[in-house]
Amino acid sequence: MTLERFLIIGAILFAIGLYGALSKRHAIAVLMSLELMFNGVNLTAVALSRYTIPAALSQSQYAIDNAARFILTGQIFTIFIITVAAAEIALGLAIIIAIYRSRQTVLVTEASDLRK
Amino acid sequence: MTPTSAAENALITEIIFWIIALSTVVSAIAVVQIRDLFRAALFLIVTLLGVAGMFILLRAEFLAGVQLMIYVGAISVLIIFAILMTRDIDEGSPSHSFRIPVALISVIFMGLAIYVVSNTDWNLLSSQALTEDQMGDVQAILSNGIPNLASMLLRDFVLAFEAVSLLLLAAVLGALALVRGR
Repeated sequence: MTLERFLIIGAILFAIGLYGALSKRHAIAVLMSLELMFNGVNLTAVALSRYTIPAALSQSQYAIDNAARFILTGQIFTIFIITVAAAEIALGLAIIIAIYRSRQTVLVTEASDLRK
Repeated sequence: MTPTSAAENALITEIIFWIIALSTVVSAIAVVQIRDLFRAALFLIVTLLGVAGMFILLRAEFLAGVQLMIYVGAISVLIIFAILMTRDIDEGSPSHSFRIPVALISVIFMGLAIYVVSNTDWNLLSSQALTEDQMGDVQAILSNGIPNLASMLLRDFVLAFEAVSLLLLAAVLGALALVRGR
């Protein structure tokens, strides 16, 4: 139950973020919902790397000698996800501000020129 | 440690977990439900703090620090700045007309994920699967996480590390180029 409850919280965060990202018209609200989804995924990765063992660990001698890189891989992935999310949010906000300057709106439904 | 105090510690951890979980989920719902975007951003900060607390409960203290510095410290400040800069036309955060089907899809996804999670036979990190020595190794790695994390980051994942630093540089330059006045 200790592992499952963290995974369930992660799934709930991801689902709430999915709802927000698809249903909001304000671009900054969409970005905030994306952050919620990232956090759900991060929580899942860290919980899995904390509570489960790779099957390799109990079998091969190499895996036992290098146990750290099998146990902490989830945390490494989370570091990379956080970095990419930071880059994404900086670029996203820059794009939103550029759109706001050129056409005085931040609603994603108003910036649909490529559809025409 | 006597057995009673161990049980008390487990109970306290349990209570802390449920407090953090409840505040995280409630403020996540508030982020997508509140119409005032500024308040939604404040609730997003509460959610990010809750996830940092969960990282501490999962013994990933370094990640909790990273979460506090990058998400709570930097990203939320960026979001609040952007909200304030675009606020004069802002009349809340309206939803699409198809929010009901989207909510349905999200609930279905959540139910599916919870069903799968609770019905999977996880290969748990327990004393049954590992020998005594391996359990000791695992505990040593988990309690000495930061040096192990550093050596992994700069040895096994050094290529991804360099790629991510290039990505960050490109993102910073791109953001500067985008918001520069002409």
